[in-house]
Amino acid sequence: MRVTTESATMTTPTMTDPAVEATPSQPPEIRPPGAMVPPRPIARARDASAPRNEPEARPANPAVELSDVSIFYGAFRAVRDVSFSVPAHAITALIGPSGSGKSTLLRAINRMNDLTPGSRLDGEVRYHGTNLYRADVDPVEVRRRIGMVFQKPNPFPKSIYDNVAFGPRLNGYRDNMDELVERSLRQAALWDEVKDKLKQSGLALSGGQQQRLCIARTIAVEPEIILMDEPASALDPRSTLQIEELMAELKENYTIVIVTHNMQQAARASDRTVFLNMGDDRAGYVVEVDDTVKIFTNPREQLTEDYISGRFG
Amino acid sequence: MTAAVSLRATGARARRRAFVNAAMHAVLGLAVLAALVPLFLIIAVTIAQGLPAMTTEFLTSTFNFSRRVQGGGYLHGLIGTLYMGGLATLMAVPIGIAAALFLTEFPRSRLAAPIRFFADVMTGVPSVFVGLFVYAVLVRQIGFGTFVGAVSLAIIMLPIIVRSAEEILRTVPGDLKRGSYALGARQWQTVFRVTLPAAASGLTTGVMLAVARALGETAPLVLTALAAQTVVLDFQGQGQTALPLLIFREARGAFAAGQERAWAGALELMALVLVLSIVARAIATRRAAR
Ligand SMILES: Nc1ncnc2c1ncn2[C@@H]1O[C@H](COP(=O)(O)OP(=O)(O)OP(=O)(O)O)[C@@H](O)[C@H]1O
Ligand SMILES: [Mg+2]
Repeated sequence: MRVTTESATMTTPTMTDPAVEATPSQPPEIRPPGAMVPPRPIARARDASAPRNEPEARPANPAVELSDVSIFYGAFRAVRDVSFSVPAHAITALIGPSGSGKSTLLRAINRMNDLTPGSRLDGEVRYHGTNLYRADVDPVEVRRRIGMVFQKPNPFPKSIYDNVAFGPRLNGYRDNMDELVERSLRQAALWDEVKDKLKQSGLALSGGQQQRLCIARTIAVEPEIILMDEPASALDPRSTLQIEELMAELKENYTIVIVTHNMQQAARASDRTVFLNMGDDRAGYVVEVDDTVKIFTNPREQLTEDYISGRFG
Repeated sequence: MTAAVSLRATGARARRRAFVNAAMHAVLGLAVLAALVPLFLIIAVTIAQGLPAMTTEFLTSTFNFSRRVQGGGYLHGLIGTLYMGGLATLMAVPIGIAAALFLTEFPRSRLAAPIRFFADVMTGVPSVFVGLFVYAVLVRQIGFGTFVGAVSLAIIMLPIIVRSAEEILRTVPGDLKRGSYALGARQWQTVFRVTLPAAASGLTTGVMLAVARALGETAPLVLTALAAQTVVLDFQGQGQTALPLLIFREARGAFAAGQERAWAGALELMALVLVLSIVARAIATRRAAR
């Protein structure tokens, strides 16, 4: 299936319960904003045509499954035939050399690539069985459930409070905003540092605090999945550790996918690792997917071994 | 050359470099001066000539029975200027910013190039043509008045607003917009909650440029607002006046008293634009800080 940017960016109909066909048991309902994240039922087991990059031990409850995903920017294919699945309530790390398509893949999971004119995706990205690139899926609904934290902290030029309240207000949430803001800031381990200056601009915080504000802002929408593109690469070591600790806490309630260049970080913080490489045609492809422990102790591929031990990339 | 290397610049080359440096400084300084002198002269002369006639009476009353004598004022002009300027701003700002948003939000639209071209052409159209156009299209149908005057001022303002707003909106970082989209904002939500607030202070500057330009216009009003001898509050149908119309009329008149009032009117117009700019800037920066 192929979805062009023009047809998909805007006026698509709202997500019309797209899961009915694929998984009758659990349509991804639009949760009322501010409600606690309900435990997700285990997705229907996939049929026999397992993608080839998948190792035997496939996670039992994938939140997202990519199969044969190729992503194009105009005529250039940035990612080729990628398949892997993202286990729920775990941290999945995407690693690989620069240009191997990690960010591109991450943005494919919440349809942020739609915003890039000329980008196109072949294959399927399934979220609890629903192909997110089906014509009747609303990318805006997708992004409400699958949040994203960027490499460079990008708080809005608004107060700390308004930054966190931004997402809930989009959905018309009016109930107990103060409580939601506090809870989100607490979950992002930022509350104690900012509780006395919620009216101050988010731009007045340090880089690490700004990044945690961006995480709080994402949490406030109560997504199921949080995508993070090198969230700590612009931060000092202490803030980096804070973010890592935070991720470990967040995985209780959220599924996390993180892109990182930092091998120790991937090894320390993630449960599962996807290793991408760039082919001769400059397209990224999956070399190996496995539990992080396995990847870092006993990888199947020589290439993986070489990459994690810093011999290339 | 074995001992410590001297970092001090010496010799002919260094002297020449110092000379060129000083010469360039002088040239640039003169250029700045040449640009600023006329500006200061205008302001200084306007103040010097206008201040003596700038009395409370001038600010609070309309024409005397006889225009030959001193006294009376431009209250009707001030009100007409504010009335038509306000209406024109109300018309031109939403349309102009909407057009600029169209250009920045849908850059690949086939309409983008024509809109841009049209705005550029309109900037270059002599303002008397704008008056003629409104006269032909509107005045002959519904007569002279405040509204048709405001329409002609809005047409003057529109291209300025479109082009300046487009530039400003382009400077809003893509990172901010992506942050908004990633939270599940729709395009119009991103526009209203992120893009426009982030651009507010710059947009205000562009709008103020357009307002200042429009408030000083005489030619488009001659054929649309026409004239008035006293304060006119009618929306349409009655002739209206404005500060530049009165200045124009009395400055070329034969009476010394009238010319004095024209100077005071010029000073009033200058002060008005200044005050409006300051107030608008203050509001915009306060809102942006929130
Ligand atoms: N907006 C875009 N337009 C065109 N090409 C793009 C765009 N974004 C990425 N690419 C190309 O797609 C390929 C993959 O880029 P991507 O940013 O996904 O790599 P990455 O693995 O995240 O690299 P890095 O580690 O440097 O962040 C690169 O060749 C890049 O040039
Ligand atoms: Mg990247």
